[in-house]
Amino acid sequence: MTTRELKIKSVEYRKKILKYICNAGAGHTGGSLSIIDILNVLYNRVMNVSPDNFDDPGRDRYVQSKGHSVEALYVVLADKGFFPEEDLLTLCRYQSPYIGHPTRKVRGMEQNTGGLGHGLAICAGNALAAKKDGLPLRVYTVLGDGEMAEGSNWEALMMAAHYKLDNLCAVLDYNKQQITGANADVIGLEPIRKKIEAFGWAVCEVDGNDVEALTETLENLPIEQGKPSFVIAHTVKGKGISYMEGVLKWHHGVPSPGQYYAAINELDTAFQALTEEKIGV
Amino acid sequence: MEMVRTEAIPNLNVFSETLQSLAEQDRDILVVTSDSRGSGKLVPFGVRFPEQIVEVGIAEQNLVGVSAGLASMGKKVFAVSPACFLTARSLEQIKNDVAYSDNPVKLIGISAGVSYGALGSTHHSLHDFAVLRAIHNMTIVAPCDNFETAEAIRQAAAMTSPVYIRFGKKGMPLLDRSLDPDFQIGKGRTIRAGDDLTFIGAGETVLPCETAANLLAEKYGIKCRVISLHTIKPLDEKLILAAAANDRPVITVEEHSVHGGLGEAVASLLFQQGCRNKFKIVGLPDEYTVSGSQTEIFDHYGISGEGLAHTALALLQIKT
Ligand SMILES: [Mg+2]
Repeated sequence: MTTRELKIKSVEYRKKILKYICNAGAGHTGGSLSIIDILNVLYNRVMNVSPDNFDDPGRDRYVQSKGHSVEALYVVLADKGFFPEEDLLTLCRYQSPYIGHPTRKVRGMEQNTGGLGHGLAICAGNALAAKKDGLPLRVYTVLGDGEMAEGSNWEALMMAAHYKLDNLCAVLDYNKQQITGANADVIGLEPIRKKIEAFGWAVCEVDGNDVEALTETLENLPIEQGKPSFVIAHTVKGKGISYMEGVLKWHHGVPSPGQYYAAINELDTAFQALTEEKIGV
Repeated sequence: MEMVRTEAIPNLNVFSETLQSLAEQDRDILVVTSDSRGSGKLVPFGVRFPEQIVEVGIAEQNLVGVSAGLASMGKKVFAVSPACFLTARSLEQIKNDVAYSDNPVKLIGISAGVSYGALGSTHHSLHDFAVLRAIHNMTIVAPCDNFETAEAIRQAAAMTSPVYIRFGKKGMPLLDRSLDPDFQIGKGRTIRAGDDLTFIGAGETVLPCETAANLLAEKYGIKCRVISLHTIKPLDEKLILAAAANDRPVITVEEHSVHGGLGEAVASLLFQQGCRNKFKIVGLPDEYTVSGSQTEIFDHYGISGEGLAHTALALLQIKT
């Protein structure tokens, strides 16, 4: 997929995220809008995973550690053809498999997540098994910034560096906010780059809402041979909807009908601007 | 009746030997340890199969998370750590990454119950049956002797769903196999037949049940049934109900809190099935645990031949 196509996808995905969250009347809106460009690039450009190879042991693995941004993942998996998109109209409904966190009841999901600080250790296990079996696959996770306070993440960081898991990549969806407020006010995680580097990982920083920059980074892994890769993706919570960007209440706020149409209008305008650009941009 | 073999080998050692024989034939067998290879008697395993042992350091949450990740890639993973840490420190990883995600990790709780004796409550696991019983998709096994331990480990290796196996480190004599020569996870075993009273034990408490049954037979002519209910979950309901069908007293004995373990599992079954046998749960009471060795703690709380015989006589209303 070209950069331009990825940009168009991101706008479409944002519209769908809002559509299904509004339909369900629940969801982690802000985080889904900050993570979506990362998922877009991973699934449409970087990872070797699709409905056709999902049962192949050699497929790449993605485990979403910040499980609450599941709406973004649902939208991408539906677009990849793992399940019909209209299934998402049942999101969070009685007896629906599409609940508020990833589960394997939904095809395309690798693990059941939701408790924070779990994804990285599982991915380290995946990556170690792949190394032992000589499988050339790669393992990816996206971490939330708030969940970096979980001690289990630091256990996994130590272990992944010890085993030189350079087939493992953790992306930090660094939108600088968590449910209570700014990370810096809740429990500061800076200097995060130095901390991760001190744990033996190779680290790079990227604009996590720029699909071109993400592609450049994620297509050139590992950052350093013999080290696991940690990508600090600087993102904006609520990205793409001007009245949501950086506004805390949209952590799990659901737009009213009026707010929904305003958001869709804004995305339609962005979509139009992209489609009017000349091909090849 | 020859009940007890003279040599008493810890179940822990049998676990380690069994694992080596499995690893020899199957490269997908992996052991994951949290600085626990010495405590788990796994040093020889590590020497023989360096590619099949993964050390994560003293990080039990990571132990279980990484094990789930390895298992989801098709590895047959034995996550080995003292039961006290494995089932408390990493309980959320067990609940989410193993049970809920259905990654078939074999969780091995070593030095379980009060095996660590005088090291104190930090090192005791008197909660593990209770917490794991309440988690869906978890099998819980406490083998009583070397035979049951070896079989439990072999069967666990082939299981495609999560399992927790716990045992101690004290030498355990082999119990009589003539009534029930086979072991199958999920099916309790009758160690001794008798119609006056039933003892139901699990793990290292089956031996004192046997001792009590011997005492009661010799001194009072009382014939006790002894069941090794090695699988706490799923419960062998058929066996328990058959044992209770004669309306005689039932005594459960566990190296666990009296809350939420084997005893309450059996009580719940019996009561809901309309059985009204005289019933007693023997285990560790809800109090600050007395200090001492495992044997001394057992004796203190009546988990001994004499203590259990006393409990039985009281239930039978026989004056001594
Ligand atoms: Mg955040």
